[in-house]
Amino acid sequence: MGTDGLSLTFIALFLPFIAAMVAPFLTQRMGHKAAWVLALVPAFLFVHFATFVGTVASGGIVTGGHDWIPSLGVDFSWLLDGLSVTFALLISGIGTFIVLYSGGYLKGHEHQGRFFSFILMFMGAMQGLVISDSFLMLFVFWELTSITSFLLIGFDHAREASRRAAMQALIVTGMGGLALLAGLLVIWSATGATSLSGLLETDGVLRESALYGLAFLLILGGAFTKSAQFPFHFWLPNAMEAPTPVSAYLHSATMVKAGVYLLMRLNPVMGETVLWETVLPLFGGATLLVGGFLAVRQSDLKLMLAYTTVASLGLLVMLTGFGSEHAIEAAVLYLIAHSLFKGALFMVAGIIDHEAGTRDVTSLGGLRKAMPITFGAALVAAISMGGLPPLFGFLAKEEIYYALGFSSIWSALFTIVAILGNALMFAIGFAVALKPFLGAEVKTPSHAHEGPPLLWLGPVVLGGASLLAAFLSPLTHRLFSMPMARAVAGEPLEIDISLIPSIGLPLLLSLVTVALGYAIYWTLGDVRQRVGAALRVIGWGPDKGFDQAVRGIVRGAHRITGLIQNGRMETYMTMTFAVIAAAFLVPLIWAGEMPSFPELPVLTLYEIVVIAIAIIGLGAVLYADDRLTAIVSLGIQGFAVALIFLLFGAPDLGFTQFMVETLSVVILALVITRLKLAKSDHRPTREKLIDVTVASLCGIGLMLALFKVTALTFDPALSVFFTEYSRSIAHGRNIVNVILVDYRGVDTMGEIAVVMAAGLAILALVRVRLGRRIMHAEMPASSKETAA
Amino acid sequence: MRTLILRTIAPYLSALMMIFSVFVLLRGHNDPGGGFIGGLLAASAFAIYGIASGVASARRAMRFHPMAIAGSGLAMSVLAGLASILFGVPFMTGLWAPPIPGIGFEVSSVLFFDLGVYLVVLGAVTSIALALEERDEE
Repeated sequence: MGTDGLSLTFIALFLPFIAAMVAPFLTQRMGHKAAWVLALVPAFLFVHFATFVGTVASGGIVTGGHDWIPSLGVDFSWLLDGLSVTFALLISGIGTFIVLYSGGYLKGHEHQGRFFSFILMFMGAMQGLVISDSFLMLFVFWELTSITSFLLIGFDHAREASRRAAMQALIVTGMGGLALLAGLLVIWSATGATSLSGLLETDGVLRESALYGLAFLLILGGAFTKSAQFPFHFWLPNAMEAPTPVSAYLHSATMVKAGVYLLMRLNPVMGETVLWETVLPLFGGATLLVGGFLAVRQSDLKLMLAYTTVASLGLLVMLTGFGSEHAIEAAVLYLIAHSLFKGALFMVAGIIDHEAGTRDVTSLGGLRKAMPITFGAALVAAISMGGLPPLFGFLAKEEIYYALGFSSIWSALFTIVAILGNALMFAIGFAVALKPFLGAEVKTPSHAHEGPPLLWLGPVVLGGASLLAAFLSPLTHRLFSMPMARAVAGEPLEIDISLIPSIGLPLLLSLVTVALGYAIYWTLGDVRQRVGAALRVIGWGPDKGFDQAVRGIVRGAHRITGLIQNGRMETYMTMTFAVIAAAFLVPLIWAGEMPSFPELPVLTLYEIVVIAIAIIGLGAVLYADDRLTAIVSLGIQGFAVALIFLLFGAPDLGFTQFMVETLSVVILALVITRLKLAKSDHRPTREKLIDVTVASLCGIGLMLALFKVTALTFDPALSVFFTEYSRSIAHGRNIVNVILVDYRGVDTMGEIAVVMAAGLAILALVRVRLGRRIMHAEMPASSKETAA
Repeated sequence: MRTLILRTIAPYLSALMMIFSVFVLLRGHNDPGGGFIGGLLAASAFAIYGIASGVASARRAMRFHPMAIAGSGLAMSVLAGLASILFGVPFMTGLWAPPIPGIGFEVSSVLFFDLGVYLVVLGAVTSIALALEERDEE
């Protein structure tokens, strides 16, 4: 285990966020050319993480970090092994080209600076997520990806569809984030680990823990929502409302892979259980098929790709949970291949949309002459997606079939699912890459021509990488695939698949897939209509279900609010005081600990007089004709209580009571005169009786509680401490004040903040009416102006 | 409520109450008093002034919006609490200046904390009272 002495990784974690802050100003200065400067940030990250490849390839793990909250054992720490380094390289590498691509794609957009800012923030969040070691950091970055993707998906905020998609993604992935937090807490309580590296060392503890099932469900909640597994897949296609660079980035290598990353990361400690190896393949397989079939139904290039992304994620989850070494190797290879070809294909779809003005595959054709470079890049990506040689996708697919095989009914089932899914993706991949370019030229909304280098650079480089990775497969495996597989499996794995196919079952299955895919490709129009018709018959999907759930929650909230918050002051007051009375009385009766009536001391004359004043004040409240008199009479009783405080040695309390009593009488009187109530209370006796009962119960309850409290032996420890040390430690003789400003000063700080907030709230309430009146007074004047 | 007597006496009464409130604030550490009581006293002073001479002149006399006063009080309390960190002792530890002869109280970060409490109570209560009195005048 090495350490990251230079802490360059620490800087790398923050760099994207700093760049995000600078981006808007830079874009104001340089326009879209700012992309060239901003792309240096992910390029730097790429180079930085590339320096770890050697260490990681030889089996090393690099950790580093700083104390964050030492008292809670929370660190700001990172973990670089095969899994995180490969992810970090994909994120920063593809990120570099995404930033450049955004420069071309949103050229001249008035909010291009803001867009750069969002995408860099997202990159930073994603980067942090994959290299986080401590649980808290992992969660923080996980949530940050949800929030930044919300900003990105809703970038085009003037359109309602955009806003809805952004909200939907935030709600779904945000809920998943909460599940993840709960899951991490459960894991923490089961194993005592607060970081991933710590958890990975606790071999088998989590798996055998009684909390395993709960942890499993919660972690799955996080991973499945983020990685768009059925039935949470619906937010992903809707997120296509975002500008294309966002789709190309979020849905190829980053956001949606976060869930897969989590599953892969936890595989060594959570995998190899019946639960893991049943649930993951089943949901993954279902997602693969659902995604594949829904993709066929689409004619929008981006939506076709979006649904195949859903399918690919399903395939990855299925392989991760399948539970054999080869399946993990296949998942690793497919993940790398998918990041490269899907990023490129999304960018191609964006270029077509940008240059031809439409991305509907049925109204595109014959673009090969106008856009030769884009066509080439698209073709390379599609060959990889289709799993054909000589691209990296081929290796991935061979490994998938090698891993699944026909050894049992269970694996045969998934082999068939994989063949079907891969065939569908084959067809879609080529439909995206070929249909717009081949055939007769079709008139497009704008005159199509090749895009600028900023646009085609990304797809070309990603395609080239895919090609190179396949030709140099021994090197690729040694540097990336094997270290990553080692981290996922928890033990060293050997990957030796290359472009030279070995004659056997995998090759045969590949041929079946290609044949099936070819057939679907040629009948795509037909298949599209059939699937469309079938979906119309079903007529319901999780997307609609999401709307129904949201509507249901809103309606439920309305109903509950209407029930509890009916807007009648009397109800609120009655409820509040009834609860207070219950809080005093119920515990006393429940525990059967009614206090005995204390012996009354012999009262002196002035004490009797003070009590008499209080009783007279209360009597006056009851007999007062109008409300104002009642309030002032209530003050009499308050002053009498203040006198009692003074007499019994609490001058501070008495003093405060006087002031509070005075001010409350003044303020209550002001409020009452403003409320325009009838002078006296004209309610029916029945309502008054309820109030009398509640008030009496409150009073009796408080009295009994006081009896009970004073009957206990008084523990003078605190009083003794305060009296003894008030002078020597806190320089004051007045214990009350010393407690307020020194011993318990933090309490006071909270309290004055509450006083301030309450003051603001009351001020707002008083002004509500006033404001409305001013508005009414001003309205005629302004309408006159418009008339003139 | 605006009798001639009240209107004549209110400015003097309010001024006296203000002085008294400061006195109560400063003596608070050793004798009955303190920021909270002082603040309430000062708030009543402004409330009386507002009732007698009108809210407009009460606001003029305050110079600042009462909520701004409350806000600055809160800030002052927090800063007084944070001051200890500059001296390397934990948050809210009292710092005491060497005694100044003849002023009758000790200058300390605790005193500034209490002054903050005073200003918050003064500002919040006064702003409520004045807002209510203002509607009284419509």
